[in-house]
Amino acid sequence: MTPSEFEFLKNFLKTKSGLTLSNDKQYLVESRLQPIARSTKLETLSAVIQTIQRGGNRALETDVIEAMTTNESFFFRDKTPFDHFKETMLPALLENRATRRQIKIWCAAASTGQEPYSLAICLKEETSKMAGWRTRILGTDLSQEVLEKAKTGIYSQFEVQRGLAIQMLLKYFEQQGEMWQINAGMRAMIEWKKLNLLESFTHLGEFDIIFCRNVLIYFDQATKSEILGRLARSIPDDGYLVLGAAETVVGLTDAFKPVQGKRGLFQKKQTVQASTGSVSSPRLAVAGIQR
Amino acid sequence: MKQCLVVDDSSVIRKVARRILEDMNFEITEAEDGQVALDECRKTMPDAILLDWNMPVMDGLEFLTSLRVEEGGENPIVVFCTTENDVAHIARAIRAGANEYIMKPFDREIVEAKFQEVGLI
Repeated sequence: MTPSEFEFLKNFLKTKSGLTLSNDKQYLVESRLQPIARSTKLETLSAVIQTIQRGGNRALETDVIEAMTTNESFFFRDKTPFDHFKETMLPALLENRATRRQIKIWCAAASTGQEPYSLAICLKEETSKMAGWRTRILGTDLSQEVLEKAKTGIYSQFEVQRGLAIQMLLKYFEQQGEMWQINAGMRAMIEWKKLNLLESFTHLGEFDIIFCRNVLIYFDQATKSEILGRLARSIPDDGYLVLGAAETVVGLTDAFKPVQGKRGLFQKKQTVQASTGSVSSPRLAVAGIQR
Repeated sequence: MKQCLVVDDSSVIRKVARRILEDMNFEITEAEDGQVALDECRKTMPDAILLDWNMPVMDGLEFLTSLRVEEGGENPIVVFCTTENDVAHIARAIRAGANEYIMKPFDREIVEAKFQEVGLI
């Protein structure tokens, strides 16, 4: 791969998926795209990039975008967000939504499904507190391929051993030869949709909780701010946003503030909450930061 | 430093497990079967036990059953680590008092995840 090919690939990924690839990520490109070079019989990375440059090969473009934007995922990844879910978010929403009895959750980078299924397991474990409640989990991802896998709920022995307690495996999964499939009841709790966060998601409606972990890290500052602004508009005033442990909203948006002592957990700012109607008003957001 | 007893009749597996667990700051003792492991526990009760199932002399399940009735034998956190990977075996192990269960083959990430799951790290 020549420097100009890498440069082209950077621009291509940026335009098509919003992914910002820094110059030290050559190794990542090589490890992720080498399998595509082999499977398409193009053999070399240069050939893959040149084929995209010539245009007209949509399938290859999609493969490359998906390979570069897909993350490895674990059940109950990082643990803390799921503790926040059980100990902070769920109790608050059970109180605030006592009349409506409905909770909507969106996993905005569902990948191969471990995060939405982990949340489904959390909800199932709290069944006693949730009689008569309707819960909806939506899992979206940029990649159709990972969503197909997520939908089947089938995982390898390696995958089910990363983050999933053995009792949970026995309780919610069925063994299928060397693989494990999460049971039909759990699969029915989740709806899957292909979605690019760069595009509008207003049609999905509002969500009480949005998990958007370790996705924004791939975007540049302006794109991060823009997406955070739109996420704020999809969350009611008492809803929650969950970002990755190392992610922050500082300098990116005035719509969210961190929840004290709860790493990765954010709520909308009071100033924005107090406003009626347009929560997205930039003036209100600016007022929020002036205290 | 927490102590972990690695029980496996394969010296290769013991070596691999030792390397992973030492990186996780455990002090390691080894045993090649359940009887040796039980003798070790009677000398010093470890904090954690990584336990194979199929071993000569005394297998993992027999060891676990014996351990749990020993004085102080309820304390160690026992993580099975075995090629037995079917629901029936897993359920039996849990009923006998195992805290977690690793299906071989395993890697560093799985050991870390499982040890984290039971609060050892």
